[in-house]
Amino acid sequence: MATIDVPQKGGFSFDLCRRNEMLVSKGLRSPSFLKTGTTIVGLIFKDGVILGADTRATEGPIVADKNCEKIHYMAPNIYCCGAGTAADTEAVTDMVSSQLKLHRYHTGRESRVVTSLTLLKSHLFSYQGHVSAALVLGGVDVTGPHLHTIYPHGSTDTLPYATMGSGSLAAMAMFESKYREGMSKDEGIKLVADAILSGVFNDLGSGSNVDICVITKGNTEYLRNHLSPNPRTYPQKGYSFSKKTEVLLTKITPLREIVQVIEGGDAMEE
Amino acid sequence: MTKQQANWSPYDNNGGTCVAVAGADYCVIAADTRMSTGYNILTRDYSKIIKLADKCVMASSGFQADVRALQKVLASRHLIYQHQHNKQMSCPAMGQLLSNTLYYKRFFPYYSFNVLGGLDNEGKGCVFTYDAVGSYERVGYSSQGSGSTLIMPFLDNQLKSPSPLLLPAVVCSIYYLFKFSHMDAVTPLSESEAIDLVKTCFASATERDIYTGDKLEIVVLNADGIRREEMDLRKD
Repeated sequence: MATIDVPQKGGFSFDLCRRNEMLVSKGLRSPSFLKTGTTIVGLIFKDGVILGADTRATEGPIVADKNCEKIHYMAPNIYCCGAGTAADTEAVTDMVSSQLKLHRYHTGRESRVVTSLTLLKSHLFSYQGHVSAALVLGGVDVTGPHLHTIYPHGSTDTLPYATMGSGSLAAMAMFESKYREGMSKDEGIKLVADAILSGVFNDLGSGSNVDICVITKGNTEYLRNHLSPNPRTYPQKGYSFSKKTEVLLTKITPLREIVQVIEGGDAMEE
Repeated sequence: MTKQQANWSPYDNNGGTCVAVAGADYCVIAADTRMSTGYNILTRDYSKIIKLADKCVMASSGFQADVRALQKVLASRHLIYQHQHNKQMSCPAMGQLLSNTLYYKRFFPYYSFNVLGGLDNEGKGCVFTYDAVGSYERVGYSSQGSGSTLIMPFLDNQLKSPSPLLLPAVVCSIYYLFKFSHMDAVTPLSESEAIDLVKTCFASATERDIYTGDKLEIVVLNADGIRREEMDLRKD
């Protein structure tokens, strides 16, 4: 009986990995990815969960986006902050978000936070850390408020307050000194904003504005650019860039007329 | 036994950006005051600009330990010069000394990127720009450090003449008044215009370079002497 090689279904294709390895060994430098050197945080307060994020996206030492969105939608009652490679955090949250929607159509019930947690971690684990997404997942479902962190290799934590990204230490310093159980909404928002600001000012990978998302039972408030503490310092006046720096050509040559080619003419005579 | 790997580097990069602009009778030298390593800010208020002589200042970015060592070498060499010649070193002389000092460590360089600004013996603004091993050139304006890739093209656009044979279009006539030997050795701007341009450069570079920020220090040299200004930059 003959066997046929059938291409595998779904997932990434690793066909070019061997070729890339060879190219790297020959000295090829592959292009870098857009990384969000980030501060993302979350905490559980009296009535639910508050998530926070800065809005800087970097590519090495350069700021690629001064006002990007890092708090991603998962379900109406669940949101997820992403740090790591921007494409990965976006793709992984979008994929799981769509699976959750299908699951809701199938069951007719509200999505649970543990469901999205399991979907996210199993995806990340199956790619052994190559999908570089570090996430803070928060939401309120039928079983109450939940907050989790998910690491790129697929391990997870369940915590009352969490931080991720390059500014995680700066942000955690604020949480460790000021967090307590059963905070009010305003206190929670203030603490989350302070934690993000701590990352924004003390971590070079984080910057610009503060985004916040407050999730309570049956209600979600997305506070885009809750704070903008970094306006431009020197008035941005318009610079005029002269169009004509040097006249290269003054004579205008008209385009050639259409030339008709007559086929089957006489061959050149001798 | 396996060979020991050298996994330690004697160098660090502390970031920062320097700009200098030379005019007909002034020179503006500016640098931000952020000192950082990796994603951490070490301090928000560290001056990268040092006065080497009465009419000569240097702004340096790169590895601050090397920069400090270099500054001390130049200071001691200048002290000896003063004792031997009973006068201050001129800016072009200091320019040559800096180049020699850098090249002296050709195979274990000072990891510093310098711009030297000041007034020459005729009172004209002068800017010298360097690489880490002492290659240098007298120019009309220059930028060094982490934000230089953002600032330099903007300065080129605003200040450079389209061809080395032509003069910058803005104030051609000024050039003839002063009879310059180097066409591109000074810019056609007035002192206040140059300061304004430098401020815009840094405000813009701070928007996009994570190693530039906190505060801008501007030093202006002219016939009246030396003057220092400050401006706040973004702190994120």
